[in-house]
Amino acid sequence: MALLEVRDLSVVFQRKGEEPFAAVDGISFDVSPGQMVGLVGESGCGKSVTSLAIMGLLPQRGVRVEGTVEFEGKDLLRLSDRELADRRGRDLGMVFQDPLSSVNPVIPIGVQVSEVLERHEGLRRREAALRSAELLDRVGIPDPSRRLKEYPHQLSGGMRQRALIAMALACKPRLLIADEPTTALDVTIQAQILSLLSELVRDTGTALIMITHDLGVVAGMCDEVNVLYGGRIVERAGRHELFAEPRHPYTAGLLASIPRLDAPRGDRLTPIRGSVADNIPWAGGCAFAPRCPNAVDACVERSPEMTRDGERLLRCHNPVGRPAPSEEVPVQ
Amino acid sequence: MAIGTSRKERIDSLAESSASETGVSLAASAWRRLRRNPVFLVGASIIGLFVLLALLAPVLAPHDPGVRMLADQVSRATNSIPPAQEGHPFGGDQHGRDLFSRVLLGSQQTLLVAVLATVIGLGGGLTLGTLAGAFGGWVDSLVMRIVDVMLSVPSLLLAVSIGALFSSQTQFTVILAVAIVQIPVFARLLRGTMLAQRESDHVLAARSLGVRQRSIVFRHMLPNALGPVIVQSTLVLAVAIIDAAALSFLGLGAADDSVPEWGQMLGNAQNVIDSHPHLAFWPAACIIVVALGFTLVGESLRDALDPKRRR
Amino acid sequence: MSAARGESANVSTAPEEDRVLVEVDDLKVHFPIKRGVVLDRTVGHVYAVDGVDLRIQRGETYGLVGESGCGKSTLGRALLRLVDQTGGRVVFDGVDLSTLRGEPLRRMRRRMQMVFQDPMSSLDPRQSVASILVEGLRAHGLDTDRVATDRRLRELLTAVGLPGTALRKYPHEFSGGQRQRIGIARALTVNPDLVVADEPVSALDVSVQAQVINLLGDLQEEFGLTYLVIAHDLAVVRHISDRIGVMYLGGLVEEAASDALYQEPLHPYTRALLSAVPVPDPELEDRREHILLSGDLPSPAAPPSGCRFHTRCPWRQADRCDTERPALREITPGHRVACHFAEDIRDGRIARHEVAAEAVDATTGLSGVASTSAAGPASVTEVLGP
Repeated sequence: MALLEVRDLSVVFQRKGEEPFAAVDGISFDVSPGQMVGLVGESGCGKSVTSLAIMGLLPQRGVRVEGTVEFEGKDLLRLSDRELADRRGRDLGMVFQDPLSSVNPVIPIGVQVSEVLERHEGLRRREAALRSAELLDRVGIPDPSRRLKEYPHQLSGGMRQRALIAMALACKPRLLIADEPTTALDVTIQAQILSLLSELVRDTGTALIMITHDLGVVAGMCDEVNVLYGGRIVERAGRHELFAEPRHPYTAGLLASIPRLDAPRGDRLTPIRGSVADNIPWAGGCAFAPRCPNAVDACVERSPEMTRDGERLLRCHNPVGRPAPSEEVPVQ
Repeated sequence: MAIGTSRKERIDSLAESSASETGVSLAASAWRRLRRNPVFLVGASIIGLFVLLALLAPVLAPHDPGVRMLADQVSRATNSIPPAQEGHPFGGDQHGRDLFSRVLLGSQQTLLVAVLATVIGLGGGLTLGTLAGAFGGWVDSLVMRIVDVMLSVPSLLLAVSIGALFSSQTQFTVILAVAIVQIPVFARLLRGTMLAQRESDHVLAARSLGVRQRSIVFRHMLPNALGPVIVQSTLVLAVAIIDAAALSFLGLGAADDSVPEWGQMLGNAQNVIDSHPHLAFWPAACIIVVALGFTLVGESLRDALDPKRRR
Repeated sequence: MSAARGESANVSTAPEEDRVLVEVDDLKVHFPIKRGVVLDRTVGHVYAVDGVDLRIQRGETYGLVGESGCGKSTLGRALLRLVDQTGGRVVFDGVDLSTLRGEPLRRMRRRMQMVFQDPMSSLDPRQSVASILVEGLRAHGLDTDRVATDRRLRELLTAVGLPGTALRKYPHEFSGGQRQRIGIARALTVNPDLVVADEPVSALDVSVQAQVINLLGDLQEEFGLTYLVIAHDLAVVRHISDRIGVMYLGGLVEEAASDALYQEPLHPYTRALLSAVPVPDPELEDRREHILLSGDLPSPAAPPSGCRFHTRCPWRQADRCDTERPALREITPGHRVACHFAEDIRDGRIARHEVAAEAVDATTGLSGVASTSAAGPASVTEVLGP
């Protein structure tokens, strides 16, 4: 049974005097214990908003969240603020992109980690401090007892991200959401953090949702990859299947447009034309149609439904390679 | 395979029509947001009203503010001051002059003091701040130490000392005292934003293009650094009115009180405030409302000029 | 992106010396760390660039890679004299830039331009595109004829793939990729020989990066440009560069032709860097060797003695690596490495070993060796278990 079931999640931003804007437009996916699920896409595809919606961290005003997010059978979207706050930290952990702005700058790291333990585990201060030191050591922070007394700005970016992971892990959450956890870090540090996350998932059975724009990051670690475009999932497959044979023109386009270390150095890259600003609304067709090299008439006439092809889900009228599978995914 | 040409054209034309031909500058978009902000509208109406009153005061005022036309109703012995009566809606002051006319004409002096003090303060502050921000190094250190010294003295105390320096007090000494107090505020603010601009990529880009230093300072650094200073100056207008009133109140205003000014009226009313509070009420109310108007405009300008809020 | 055509084509027959456009000798840029209330006291230096030698040939693309804090951006700026150098010299087309001051330096700037990372902050938000582009022309007295200037601006916009209507718009009205095109057009207005591109695509969306990378290639051919491309993304650098230099803590640790560097990285740091780049191919990711470096980059204010990389190097050998700073030496033609044991590592005579992470202080750069977890738990389950 899935640990987290997201069904038809939509997040609509509504500002006064403006058209409502659906940042997330009917996203469904499951996460099982110990599974690593990737949400991949460029800026504005709705990947971060999805994670904030799951965590209940979106602002209350001007935002409409629809659908269900069931965590062990309980809909997180229907919980009271208090129940949700209790879940966050205990059952759900989150690691953000910018480790500096997601910790309190005027409180020592150690106190921030212990606080989580004191609050959710009911530990006494002394025990909590001891456990915090163990946690910092576990995430690979050298000399943890000294580091506990230091303030966030005294740690390097990589160490801050480790401290943040320690904080998210403090209460053994069953689900960890990592939102671009390595984007602000250098490659060698990124490699450290990614291997740490993989190891934690393997050792604890925590489920991980990995949100990133970097296809290389998901290729190395995620069991299942969701490619997002314009607020919808356009393709889902296991990482081996997805990278071996991308079917959606957007996935294929992304893979073709990045220079690769593992391929001979070609002369020119094949970019995707235009930018996200050229999207059309999903209502009247496929949002990607104006930029799509495979677009046919149907793409601007009706919105493509999600179809199933073996283990793969695909939302496209004219996919790369074979024609679109006919079996439609029933609306849940 | 290709998308139907007619549909593709339709998408293209849609995209083009949504993009306007001419660009919207930063100032234009700030103005557009400002116009829709109720806070700005209220503030601007208050200021507009008082400016209009000041301009029309000589016409609107029913009497000459310097003539003691109700002097017969003033008596020191009985501490009586002319009450409101026909032709004199606010009554008279302790010298028997028409209070309504004095409040009306007082707007002229008060606004003049505020605007002149702010303009002089802004001019001085801009000069010093630009010097420090544009050159950096020892020029910056020197200017900033001077500014620090000025800032270390409480502003009103500094204004009082400057006001007291002049042998004969006139309206001009008040303006100068208030203006000098504002110079370090402006200088510091501008210097900070200028230094931030100095480090910015677009200034670096201009330098690497070989643009002359003067042009970098006046075309790139100064215009981009001015936003906070403009906001500050509207707030200073309010402060200047209050400071000028305080100086007059302390007896450091113009010696000649035939030309009315709100602060001075407030100061003169203090002896009789227990028995005749209305003498203090009208000028005080005017000061508060005008200061509020400037503050509201300043706050809404701050919002409008904030690039983060631009959409 | 091979050698350029056009005006630099005729120099390909010239002797070797004349083909060098930029010559950097033992360049040093040290920033003083100042403290003090009244009088600033220098309490130390950040050794941002600490002795770099390199040559950039006319018409080539030289890529500079390294992680944040390695001094690559500072090197690029020092090359353009946008920061003052502490020592060494930069010779641009036979002219020693360090001797130039004032007006001659300003006129020299026409020949070397820069493209920035953040396309928003590098464009003055108050100026229209036309006024941004005309500025360089005006600074060098090239905008004498209004009609000709207008035609030139439109040509440039076409070259970078923007419509002529863009001239009257303002930076905030464009997308990130379009802004970067404007930034590139601005650099080209004054007809430079050298363009230093500092992370030209890292602020852009993945799908747009390829457009800008291709554009840089096209413009190089069209205008005969020489590029110095500074980036942290090795895949990008490899794609666009003819030669690549790898920097670590202010020094060049390896330099080679682009393909040679990726086929046979010789410096331990380069090897670790290459293995750390995630590759969008799950099969390869599962299979290939990952060299995880322990710890962080030491602070450039307190660089380690000897080889700068010895604190994190999995191939470090006792004594010599800690005490003697290796010089950049040519191992195979065109392939220079700053490592005492490069050949031994290549031929497998030295084995990799574990390295204990050192704590690096973000503020002071003081480091103390970590007490590696002898008493610490062995796995997460041990900490997290009941």
